[in-house]
Amino acid sequence: MTAEAERPAARQAAGGARARPPLLRLRGISKRFGEVVANEAVDLELAAGEILALLGENGAGKTTLTSILFGHYAADAGEVLVADQEGRLVALPPGRPEAALEAGIGMVHQHFTLAHNLTGFENIVLGTEAWWRPRPAPPGARRRIEELARRMGLEVELDRPVGQLGVGARQRIEILKALYREARVLVLDEPTAVLTPQEAEGLFATVRALAADGRGVIFISHKLAEVEAVAERVVVLRQGRKVADRPLAGTSRSELARLMVGREVREPIRRPRPPGEVVLALDGVGAGSGRDRIEDVTLELRAGEILGIAGVSGNGQAALAALVAGLLRPERGRVELLGSTAALSSPAAAVRAGVGRIPEDRERDGVVGELDLAENLALERLAAPETSRLGFLRRKAMRARARRAIEAFGIRAPGPDVPVRLLSGGNMQKVVLARALDGAPRLLLADQPTRGLDVAATAFVHERLLEARERGAAVLLISEDLDELLGLSDRIAVVHRGRLAGPFPSERLDVPTIGLLMAGHEGGLPAAEVAA
Amino acid sequence: MIRLEPRAATPAWLAVAAPTGAVAAALLVASAVLWAIGIAPLTVLRLMVEGALGSTFAMAETATRATPLLLTGLAAAIAFRARFWNIGGEGQLYLGAMAAVALGSGAIEGPPLLLVPLVLAAGAIAGALGALLPALGKVRAGADEVVTTLLLNFVIALFVQMMLEGPLKDPMGLGWPQSPPLLDEAMLPRLVERQRLHAGLLLGLLLALLLQLVLARTVWGLAVRAVGHNPRAAAYAGLPVARTTLAVAMLSGALAGLAGAGEVAGLKGYLTADLSPGYGYAGIVVAMLAGLSPLAVVPAAFLVAAVFVGADTMGRGLGISSYFADLVVALALLFVLAGGLLMRYRLRFARGPA
Repeated sequence: MTAEAERPAARQAAGGARARPPLLRLRGISKRFGEVVANEAVDLELAAGEILALLGENGAGKTTLTSILFGHYAADAGEVLVADQEGRLVALPPGRPEAALEAGIGMVHQHFTLAHNLTGFENIVLGTEAWWRPRPAPPGARRRIEELARRMGLEVELDRPVGQLGVGARQRIEILKALYREARVLVLDEPTAVLTPQEAEGLFATVRALAADGRGVIFISHKLAEVEAVAERVVVLRQGRKVADRPLAGTSRSELARLMVGREVREPIRRPRPPGEVVLALDGVGAGSGRDRIEDVTLELRAGEILGIAGVSGNGQAALAALVAGLLRPERGRVELLGSTAALSSPAAAVRAGVGRIPEDRERDGVVGELDLAENLALERLAAPETSRLGFLRRKAMRARARRAIEAFGIRAPGPDVPVRLLSGGNMQKVVLARALDGAPRLLLADQPTRGLDVAATAFVHERLLEARERGAAVLLISEDLDELLGLSDRIAVVHRGRLAGPFPSERLDVPTIGLLMAGHEGGLPAAEVAA
Repeated sequence: MIRLEPRAATPAWLAVAAPTGAVAAALLVASAVLWAIGIAPLTVLRLMVEGALGSTFAMAETATRATPLLLTGLAAAIAFRARFWNIGGEGQLYLGAMAAVALGSGAIEGPPLLLVPLVLAAGAIAGALGALLPALGKVRAGADEVVTTLLLNFVIALFVQMMLEGPLKDPMGLGWPQSPPLLDEAMLPRLVERQRLHAGLLLGLLLALLLQLVLARTVWGLAVRAVGHNPRAAAYAGLPVARTTLAVAMLSGALAGLAGAGEVAGLKGYLTADLSPGYGYAGIVVAMLAGLSPLAVVPAAFLVAAVFVGADTMGRGLGISSYFADLVVALALLFVLAGGLLMRYRLRFARGPA
């Protein structure tokens, strides 16, 4: 894989790191929020031309640390030193973002901060000129940006409104924005979360070009594969403390995972199992509208099988998920659950027919944040005797059930009465999971079930999905994480522009092949396998 | 530097202090206006308190005013809980009053035990139908209910005037645009001898208790809360979002219609175009002061009623227009909206560089 191919180059660069002058030094950074220790005596150094991975689970203190670096928070103790033009390390005044900007620290956030109605060019130069100047940028700006884009591999349409651009292009504009302000230290916060494998490759190339240009890059992530692909050195944070700071060469993935989580994390293993009867069948189905449309989709999903759906987001996955969730009716073709077309005619019908559903966006579709845990767990089965009697809620029974779910799913929550919006993303997802798995569903729809989750929570979700499969449930797994798909699925189909390629047995696929199919190149597979 | 941090939960003291503080702040600002024209704020305050609470008569009068506010407050609270922004309480109130008059002024006859419930039910149904129309518009066509319910208020106001000049005009009314009076058997009983306070208040209190119970303890109440907070997730979970919205809208309209029927059957005895001095709109303030909780609507309604009654008395004593009450109530709404920020967020005064 590409990651392996880049290794020698990365190692070389790491060897040279000793000689390079330091660009940034954090010394003894500590920060508390009430009782919570977000950072405790963290030291960190970054040299010019170095790529440093900052690794840690959700809540490990990565975001707090970079917020302190960028001046959004003032540290309780410790200091941030940045090299000035002569290379001397000078302390930054704490809690002053403009001072950090001035010193050459650039940040690319996970959620982009672009104005959608402005063009790429306008976004890049926005705010760099004093307000009373008639022009948004000096005459040379355009040439400088184009030059930067060319050298760093950040080609992007500068004159289209940002709202019309794809996610990858928006990210390139964010990076250009930082570079235009002469950022020498660039912090990328989970930059690949929204990218396809190919786009991620492009980003890695850019990151390497930035380092070769003498800038320092801090690459925040919790994905081990991409950390290995791009970084030379890794700093691991756990519960606010630095637990490792070492070159990546010679550090194994499992070791990194252990450092991050603090204990051994074992990814569950899928055991071979003969599939059972057909549970879900789609025959020549066309449904949905706009970009989220599927066309002429035919597939069968059997009991005891996990069928993975790969694809760049927005190629019809939403329509497929909506069909199975009961939210959408097919315009053409048939969708059958255990031979019945009525079973998926509405969300309520789907639940009654034994479909467990994990929606793509848990905060939008999965939970009602203001309602408490017990109410959210009961939401799909309000009329059931364990939830209500004669229209009145059985609060005691609901609470007892919530307590059981808290126990069984390891949900970290103060109790069944806590509003779900106060839970972390991982725990919220466990609530959704607990509800979807309630009543042993025949079919489980898992749409991006581990998006935004950390290593331990991801492994937990995977374990539950495999358990459902073991029990004989049919699982439809829609994911953008190819490692997840390859690890869990018995078969994988790839969706591109609403059409399905496959399914193929997952043993015969690898990440590059799926990547090609995701981009619409069906020729990437040997003919024999396409037929399989 | 000041930072806003989201609160885990609103502490109980704040849920009480915020609306009370809002009314106090509104009084303070309003009396600054009076002070500017040379009237001592303390005199104003004393006269208002005396006017609202100073005697049995004053207190009965405040409770009488609180009755329609209680019902329109509940109407707004239940609708807003489901994120159905019913601004049409005023119109629905008049529809209810009109239905009460149409039925109770001689169209049917019978003993009070039959006539009173019928008149009230007619008012509730008329109000419910008045809210159903914009709710259908929202559910079917995505029409913004803020606009439709608000504009329907004016349509209904003109319709009432037309009816009072035409079919509903009292032939014995000496040419005044007013309806014929309700039959005595259709009138709500008085609660206190020689006062205007009527049984509508008990009805309002009972409904507040009932609504609180329904919202917190029933399947339907849970559906209402789910639809209000996150309609997408509610739909995903299989709840009937459109049906719930329609039902909530009708319940809200029914409560406002009941307020109108109560004013006619409990107080005035006949319908005129100035039956309500904006109870429908003030109900929104009441609901917001109560944080949309049905039980809290009760004290909020009494608070707003006290401001109205107190300002009336004070205005007569000092020769100030009773619009002063509207000023205080409007300011209270603004302050309570600002206070809502404090209920949801905590202010943090960040220290400078350590």
